This record gives sequence, C-alpha cells and structure tokens, in this order.
Amino acid sequence: MKDLSGWGRYPRLSGPLGTARDTGPAATATATLPGVIARGLGRSYGDAAIGRDNTIDATGLNRMQSFDPKTGILAVEAGVPLADIIDTFLPQGYFPCAVPGTRFVTVGGMIASDVHGKNQHIHGTFGDHVAWLKLAMPDGRVMRCSPHENADLFKATIGGMGLTGTILSAGFRLKQVETGWIRQTTHVAANLGEAVRLLSQTANATYTVAWIDVLARGASLGRSLILEGEHATADELPWGDVRFPPSTNGRLAVPMDMPGWLLNAMTVRAFNELYYRNGARKAGQTTTVPWDSYFFPLDGIAHWNRIYGRRGFVQHQCVIPEAKAESVVAGILERISSHGAGSFLAVLKRLAPGSGLMSFPMEGLTLALDIPFSEKLKPLLAEIDALVVAAGGRLYLAKDATQSPTTFAAGYPNLDRFKTLRDEIGATGRMASKLSERLGL
Amino acid sequence: MTDTDRHNSPKSLLVVGGTSDIGRAVASTYAARGWKVTLAARDTEGAERNADDIRTRTGAHQVAVQHLDILDTSSFEPFLDGLDALPDTVVCVVGMLGDQTRAQEDADHATTVLRTNFEGPALFLEMAAARFAARGHGLIVGVSSVAGDRGRASNYVYGAAKAGFTAYLSGLRNRLGKTNVHVATVKPGFVKTSMTADMDLIGPLTAEPEAVADRIAALETRPSDVVYVLRAWRLVMFIIRAIPEALFKKLSL
Repeated sequence: MKDLSGWGRYPRLSGPLGTARDTGPAATATATLPGVIARGLGRSYGDAAIGRDNTIDATGLNRMQSFDPKTGILAVEAGVPLADIIDTFLPQGYFPCAVPGTRFVTVGGMIASDVHGKNQHIHGTFGDHVAWLKLAMPDGRVMRCSPHENADLFKATIGGMGLTGTILSAGFRLKQVETGWIRQTTHVAANLGEAVRLLSQTANATYTVAWIDVLARGASLGRSLILEGEHATADELPWGDVRFPPSTNGRLAVPMDMPGWLLNAMTVRAFNELYYRNGARKAGQTTTVPWDSYFFPLDGIAHWNRIYGRRGFVQHQCVIPEAKAESVVAGILERISSHGAGSFLAVLKRLAPGSGLMSFPMEGLTLALDIPFSEKLKPLLAEIDALVVAAGGRLYLAKDATQSPTTFAAGYPNLDRFKTLRDEIGATGRMASKLSERLGL
Repeated sequence: MTDTDRHNSPKSLLVVGGTSDIGRAVASTYAARGWKVTLAARDTEGAERNADDIRTRTGAHQVAVQHLDILDTSSFEPFLDGLDALPDTVVCVVGMLGDQTRAQEDADHATTVLRTNFEGPALFLEMAAARFAARGHGLIVGVSSVAGDRGRASNYVYGAAKAGFTAYLSGLRNRLGKTNVHVATVKPGFVKTSMTADMDLIGPLTAEPEAVADRIAALETRPSDVVYVLRAWRLVMFIIRAIPEALFKKLSL
C-alpha cells in the first residue's frame, strides 16, 4: 500500500501501486485490473490519480520516440515529464504550445487533464496540440486516436481524466522560440473591475494572467497584478545573456511539514500585501525573465505543498462565463476573505473554450486559489460551488477534491455523452478513480 | 572526455546490457558527447526502445542495436568479429538479481544467476580484451556489485557470481597492466532501477543510473581501477569486510 494522495494532500488516501515499465505491461494492467487508473507524477491536487482499487504508476513509460523538426511533432511515451521535454528541446529553439504551472507533470497527465497555461485564451489547451495518442482500452485493445481516427474516443480522452483507458504514448506539436526568455510587463489593478478590464485589454498578449490578493476587502477587493508576457526575440536580449538559460530553480526546498498555524489570516495577508506592493513598484515596466521563473515559479521550491502542514490544502479552480464572471468572482472573494484563511498567489485568467468532451476551459474567467484544508471549509466550498454552477460555470477536475456529483453534473453538459461512450467501450466501472467514484461516474 | 577527434571519425562505445537502466544511462551519456553507440541485448525490441529515446533526446544519429545473448558464449566471437568496427570502449552492465530462496532450491535458477552475472560477462570481456590488446588500446568497464565484496544470506548466489566477476576483472587488469588497455571495475551500490524497484533502499547510499553513467564516462579521461559510485560505499564495505567471520555469520545484514 502506497500513499497516493494528490499534491494538495487532501484527501489522504493509499492503495496498491504497480509500476508499468513498458507500454505492453501498461496495456495488460489496464485490461486486467479492476477499478484502475493511471498515475503520473501525482501533481493533480485531489483524488483524480488514485485508482478505486488499483493504480498504475506510468512514470516508467519514460522513453521519447521521435522528433520531426519539420512539423515540430514530438512523439513520446505518456510518462515522459514535461521537464525533460523542455530541457531537451528548448536549447534547440522549441517550446511546448501549452504548459501548466508546474513542469513536474507527465504528458499523459497533461492530456488527461487537458491542462492550460497563460496563453490558453489564444493558443488553447495542451490537448489542442495533440496530433495523436495511443490508448490502452479496458477490453485489451490499443487504439490510435487523433482528430481524424477514432475521433470520438480522442475527444473523450482529451480532458477525460484517464477514464477512457490508459494513455500509452502521444505525438504533439512544439513551437519555435528564439530564446528561453520572457518579456514580462506588470500592470496594477486597484480592484476587481480594473483587473477584469486589464485582462481584456491585454488579451492580445501571448501570455496574460492576474495574481489576485484574495484577502483584500472593501474598495480594494480583487486588487491584482496583471502579468503580460511575450517570448523575447534574440535581439531583445540584454547583451551577454545566454539565449537558452538552463533551469536555475530547484535549489530550495521545504524540508518538512510546516506547523498548521504558520499560514493564518495574518501571515498570508502580510505576504500578499508585500507581494502586491513590490509588484506595484514595477507598474508599467517591462523586464526580461527566464522561462522557468516565469512559467513555473513554484517549481523553484521543492515540496512547497508542505507549507500547508499535515492537514493539506485544497486548490479550488472554477471558470465562470463572461456575463456573470465579475459578480461571481466578487462573491467568491468576499466569502474567502471573510473566512480568513486565504491563499498565496491566487490566479485570475481569461479562458477560451476547450476542445475535449470534458475539458475544463470555457469562454469566461477562471479563478484558482489554494486554501488550507479544514472541515469548516467544506460548507464554504459547497456554497462557492453552488454560485459557480448557478452562473453556468464549472470546476477543474484536476484540482478538485470536494465538489458534489450535483455540481459536477451541472458544470459539464457533455457528461451524458461521456458516460455513454464509457459504457460503449466497457470503461464504466473498470476505469475508475477515487474522483470518478466520488462524482458518480 | 576526448569526444570526437577533429581528424578522425567519432569514438565508439559498445554497451552490453542495452535494456538495463544503467546501460541506457551510459549509452545516453556517451551519445550526448558525440560517441557512436551500439546497444547489445537479448531483447532487441527493448533495446530499440532505448535507442529511439537516446536519438530523440540527444539528437545523435549513430545509435545501433545488436542482438546478443550473454548466456550464448559461442556467439561472442562471431558477434565481435561481425561489428562494423571494434569499439573504443566496452561497458558490460549485464546483471540478474534472481531470487535467492529459489536459487537455494532450484539449481537451474542458480545456474542462470551464476552464468548471467559471472560466466557470460567475464568470457565476453575476455574476448573483447584480446582484440583491444591486439589493437593496442581500449577501455573495458565491468559493472560488478558491492554484493560481491562479502557473501550474505540474503543474496549470496548473486553475490558469489559478482565476486567471481570482480576477481576476473582484477586478474584481467593485472594481465593488461602494462598495456594501453585499461580495465575498470565499477561497483554502483544501490541504484534506483527496475532491479531494485521492490526494495526499500537507503537514501544516502542510493544513486541514480545517471550518476553511475557519469562516473563511468569520467573513466575516459581519468582511468581508475575500482570505482565505488558513491564513495560512502567504500567505507561501508570496508567495515562489512572487517567483521570477523565468527561474528558475521550470526548477523543478518
């Protein structure tokens, strides 16, 4: 029995974990084990990568297969980490078309969660750049799926949380970049209205995201720093800078669980205040920052999840359709702020629709926040979830640990088609995670 | 490492045990430094999987796969003579932990463990050494084990085979000591590989396959005779060897 908790370390669950060292054994495990799900690097926050009965450790599927510089298509086994891809291809001038907030995720995990990055409003999710994938099915077949072959299965697997089968390998596009640097411009928003307006104004930027102070109240509610970014060209680099800087972060670590009282309303408020003031000093300025600190700031601190202590935390990420976005986000912020135990680096971002059957993104605003877990939190989250789905929004399954089957069903209009497809391929009851059990899938 | 000489073709490496995690890491490290690499393995499909990975990660084109069964000793000569060119370096990482309890009861299993860890690797490197000596230079790296430093109840069939391999490498090194052919014995200690996936390894004594590969590649510029990948192992095994037999036989280490 292994501890299989997600990155948020709530809920704490364990179960049998078997390692697949090649695609053949991974396919066999998928076809023979009951209640099974594949797990990559365990960076989904809640219970998505914990099998109902069995879990396949897919990190042994870590071979790259081929790269075609003409098309930019990289073929890899599903357990290859994003970090390896960047380390290998950035020095050659290639970068993934979409990256999430950590590079310690696998390709299989990125497809199953259909992850998005700061450029989703323009370039879509990771799944939008997948040319094909090979899927091991519960009936023992291995199917090649693409937008043209087995297209329904392809669409259901992108964002399908591993519930259509085990992703064995995939081919996806990398884009060309001139450097490994990002030109970042900081804008300051004194309140939520300004933040939303600034996110719209910066929507032509390749990357745009707002860091939002969730503990600010009253007239400052929703005060934010909007960080806009573009890949720097070679001639925009300061003289003497290397074009493709190697990763520098990863030297710091949280050595053990921090005591639970460390993060309280006062300390987090003080941190957010400092962060906001420091950012505000850079208002309107453009700085050139290396790729790792721009895309993956928290990767610089190993085991950062320990800062929340043994009780763990939940990351809550919702998306709300444009029309009601601002008022619902305000409603959430007011509730979190009065609850007190707020979060570092809450994120507000504009999203465009996703393409997978169960993809999270839709046209609107997404808000992501980390909150230390306590039983008291549950009714608050239930109240927030109800607000979100009443406005036509939904919750991100890769982050989710607490939502109810009702809010899930309300948020995902393609759920019936997904269920039907699972029935047709014999996945119902066979491909099963703690998340799918909790949500009644 | 001297890498590709400006006037000559790239240097070449032969990895015996091309599907092992250490073999993969060694091949990848050399390929990234411009070497031509051949992976020899019984499971050529598994070796091709590693070759594709190495090509994609390093951009190297000269990565080849050859079939070799380490238990088929009569195939060694035709194998070596059939290579495009005699490699500059041969690294043998073949190993099989086996099941100690089963080996105690099943002579066939014990024989396979002994032959895979000792007979095959020793005889293969013997033949490579003869060719290296005739040519006048070369590096031979045998990956042995700290398990061969003293027999223990938990794995003495494997340990005895590795002890034999260690002694063989030592003799070979002595025989070629005055030539330009160097023989190195590498004892990795615990390494995070599929062989040890089910064991609880002691963190500070455990290396990644890439660390083993780096130590082996370092032999190209700084030859060394017996290498403990993590230096702490030299001390640990010194202590374990120093325990009097009368006491040692009652311990469970």
